[in-house]
Amino acid sequence: MSRDAASKPARHLHSRSLLAPSVAALFLWMVVPLAMTLWFSAERYNLLNPGKTAFAGWQNYRDLLTHRALWVAMGNTLFLVGLVLAITLVFGTLFSLLLDQDFPGRNICRLLVIAPFFVMPTVSALIWKNMLMNPVFGLFAWITRSLGFGAIEFFSRMPLLSIVLIIGWEWTPFAVLILLPALQSLNPEQVEAARLDGAGPLALFRHIELPHLLRPMAVVAMIEMIFFLSLFAEIYVTTGGGPGLASTNLAYLIFRDALLGWDVGRASAGGVIAIILANIVSLFLMRVVGRNLEDLP
Amino acid sequence: MVKTPQILTWKALVLLASATLLAWLLYPHDRRPELTVATVNNADMILMQQLSSEFEKQSGVKLHWVVLGENILRQRLTIDISTGSNTFDVITIGSYEAPLWGERGWLVPLDDLGADYGYDDIFEVMRQGLSYQGRMYAAPFYGESSFTYYRRDLFGKAGLEMPLQPSYEQIRQFAQKLHDPEHGVYGICLRGEPGWGQNMAYISTLVNTFGGRWLDLDWKPQISSPAWVEAVSFYVDLLSNYGPPGAITDGYNENRALFANGNCAIWVDATSAAGYFLDPRQSRVATTTGFAKAPIAKVPNGAAWVWSWGLAIPTSSKRAAVAKQFIRWATSRQYILTVGARFGWLRIPPGSRKSTYEIPAYLEAAPFAPLVREAIMSADYTKPSALPVPYVGIEYVGIPEFQAMGTEVGQEISAALAGRATVEQALALAQAEAERDLEGRARK
Repeated sequence: MSRDAASKPARHLHSRSLLAPSVAALFLWMVVPLAMTLWFSAERYNLLNPGKTAFAGWQNYRDLLTHRALWVAMGNTLFLVGLVLAITLVFGTLFSLLLDQDFPGRNICRLLVIAPFFVMPTVSALIWKNMLMNPVFGLFAWITRSLGFGAIEFFSRMPLLSIVLIIGWEWTPFAVLILLPALQSLNPEQVEAARLDGAGPLALFRHIELPHLLRPMAVVAMIEMIFFLSLFAEIYVTTGGGPGLASTNLAYLIFRDALLGWDVGRASAGGVIAIILANIVSLFLMRVVGRNLEDLP
Repeated sequence: MVKTPQILTWKALVLLASATLLAWLLYPHDRRPELTVATVNNADMILMQQLSSEFEKQSGVKLHWVVLGENILRQRLTIDISTGSNTFDVITIGSYEAPLWGERGWLVPLDDLGADYGYDDIFEVMRQGLSYQGRMYAAPFYGESSFTYYRRDLFGKAGLEMPLQPSYEQIRQFAQKLHDPEHGVYGICLRGEPGWGQNMAYISTLVNTFGGRWLDLDWKPQISSPAWVEAVSFYVDLLSNYGPPGAITDGYNENRALFANGNCAIWVDATSAAGYFLDPRQSRVATTTGFAKAPIAKVPNGAAWVWSWGLAIPTSSKRAAVAKQFIRWATSRQYILTVGARFGWLRIPPGSRKSTYEIPAYLEAAPFAPLVREAIMSADYTKPSALPVPYVGIEYVGIPEFQAMGTEVGQEISAALAGRATVEQALALAQAEAERDLEGRARK
């Protein structure tokens, strides 16, 4: 490739100019909405009072930051992300280990385990809300009642945990989808060798399989985090953020300000805060994950 | 060798393009005027969509329909109209939006639908509810009030009798006696799902009849006032003791399903569900449902709500004249008669015109009709409370800030209903939220 050192900068320039349009398009794609959000967040702008738009400075941010709702929503967001991540990783790993075994009907079983991921979030939330968790005609209520206990009022007694349950059910298959192939790629000779050395199943998991899975687990965690920070459909369909603020996350709070309160300014400010939070969380996660990966042999 | 096929391809492309263009030019285009109609997916509107082919035939107008759920439609329309884009020619809005949007100049006035349109035939309260400063901005398609549904069979078995005008104390006693969760019968069903159009619609009427109000004459929220505490305590106590489990997720539709399935002894809600219950194909309580007026606690003011869905034309529409033709058709007396004759009288859009309540066939099919008429006639949305108020609206407050305020207050009350906060705590928080929402109004 390096035939002539003198022509290199020119070629470099050339390829850059060819790249420029797509880079510019991507840049605009990202920067225009961001700039508009920043601009709106400094405006007093209510859609229902379009004539009364005015520059508000930090007013929207001050409103939000001094208000309980934002902090509750932030706490809920982090709680949701953390707990669902933990659930999907634990259950994803367990299911992958199970499905990696050889047993009759394995393929059907794999298919069934993966299936929830392909149900649309609104649909699965509706199914959980009306057919499973409904305290009058839901399946869970029927089971607990026929066992002699009362019905559990999922969405009023433990709204956030109910949502965690639904999302965990939806996303565990995703973890399986990534972790199972990773497990299958484990070198069987390595496992054989460990077995010969007298490693039991637990030791095998602890010292061979788990280290092997750490990298794909990091991938799962990163991807899921991106989605979980902006969870919306499940909350919208089941609890509407309530009761009180018990299941309102940042995305839902922004929706509430924007489409129920028509306050574009406040909603944009909420959006900017959500961006900052997302960056903090992903930085934190990268650190933790990155350190783990570096320690790997 | 390489070039020939390329030229051929180019030629073929050019040929194909010109042929398409020619075909398009020669094709007999549909040059009928077109209208885009946005509406709610309520049963009455879906029927309108089905019948609209008749209007298309009569008028030679082509209709495009956008049918959405109430909340999504409201979001879509608000964004559309407040940003001035002209997607729709006819929109479906309620009595909350019509005056506000009329005031902003976003809607075409509908005072000129013709002498034979029968403006006098429309219920005064429906017409005013869709007007701003005496000009009608939306034509009422159907209207509703609220009243009490109860199960005559359960009342009979327990030896109880529902008076025509129950008090809330009586409702509490009835609910207590009839509450039988073992057999899947709950004493009372009420809206618990948070939202300004859900639990707050009902709770507003409850607060009104307990003598409270949303705002005082200085636009200051009154949500932590004694009347609110009393009303909301009553509601929380009633619904958590004698209501179905998980009431905080039950909105209008969930409650309607519960009642139709025979799970509720009493339900206080919109009159527009009555036809549904009397239809044996959809309801298990078709022969056992009774009707009474909306209960009263202390004062009669604002104990029953009044709402109407109307059709309106955004000023951004370029086909207002044709759109008026459509609205004339869909909100006419003739339309009601057509639906009744063809689909059965229980399926007509009720509550918009007085003459509907003089049709013998309708009165026979709908035994609740006189009660609905009376509820509509006696509702006064300009005096929702016994105390003076600066706003209009019984189950809503006719100001733009209400959507945010109603949503937040509804959330706090649902927290109290779920037992996550006391009523006093919840209302104190709600009061603070409401004050924040109305700050801008005070600043003005």
